[in-house]
Amino acid sequence: MAQKTYASVTVDVNEEGYFTDPSQWTKEIAVEIAKEEGITLTDQHFAIIEFLRNRHNNGEALSIRSINHSGVLDVKTFYQLFPGAPLKKATKIAGIPKPASCV
Amino acid sequence: MEQKNPIKKVNIICAKGAIEDVYATLVMGNGAVMEGIETNIFFTFFGLDAIVKSRMDKLHTGVVGNPALRLPGGMRMPTLLGIIPGMEAFTSWMMKGQMEKLDIPPVSEFLDLITAGGGKIYACKLAMDMFKFKEEDLSDHVSGILTVGEFYEHAGGEGSQIIFT
Repeated sequence: MAQKTYASVTVDVNEEGYFTDPSQWTKEIAVEIAKEEGITLTDQHFAIIEFLRNRHNNGEALSIRSINHSGVLDVKTFYQLFPGAPLKKATKIAGIPKPASCV
Repeated sequence: MEQKNPIKKVNIICAKGAIEDVYATLVMGNGAVMEGIETNIFFTFFGLDAIVKSRMDKLHTGVVGNPALRLPGGMRMPTLLGIIPGMEAFTSWMMKGQMEKLDIPPVSEFLDLITAGGGKIYACKLAMDMFKFKEEDLSDHVSGILTVGEFYEHAGGEGSQIIFT
């Protein structure tokens, strides 16, 4: 297993950089991962990150559609906040596994 | 995974209007948008039903001449059963229910997701003329009506792929 250091904390990640233990995550760490992805986190980013983490902790699958049901923001804004591959980037920054869903 | 020649753009053509044909296109297209790949989807012939407002959320799956279709439990569905009135509607309803469980949205909502991520939807001019559709029959997701030549112009570029579903 690989390790990475963010905000002077060493965390366990897989070969793609996703956390293998979401409990090691902190907001300070998220800021550092986001920087690597070229994103500066705002309150809106943190709101959707919290939604993603809660959903993961409840054992619910993540899909792009579920973002519309988050009550935090819509899919269009999600794409703007995490340009490129939003669900992959957002889950990486949120310290949870990469979604295994095709939708 | 880092690749030497990543796919940068996909151009997907959908020429059929059964649930499974349209969803193959939508899943591939939405998947590409989610990966940050530039995406164009071109609907032609019976595929136009997926972007015609009055038809898009009422697609059916064929129950006659579909040898892969099975009854609940796994037994092959005899073709003759397919001619029973309501069988096609029932089978289509079952399929939509199964998809909903997997968080696969209805066609119109799927197009919302694709266009929200920057994916572009196009209709084929020739098929529009052939089926006598007008621009106002099409859903608001559609960016334009293209000739074949215009489609190829849109499809150009390095790392671009054309997929016929």
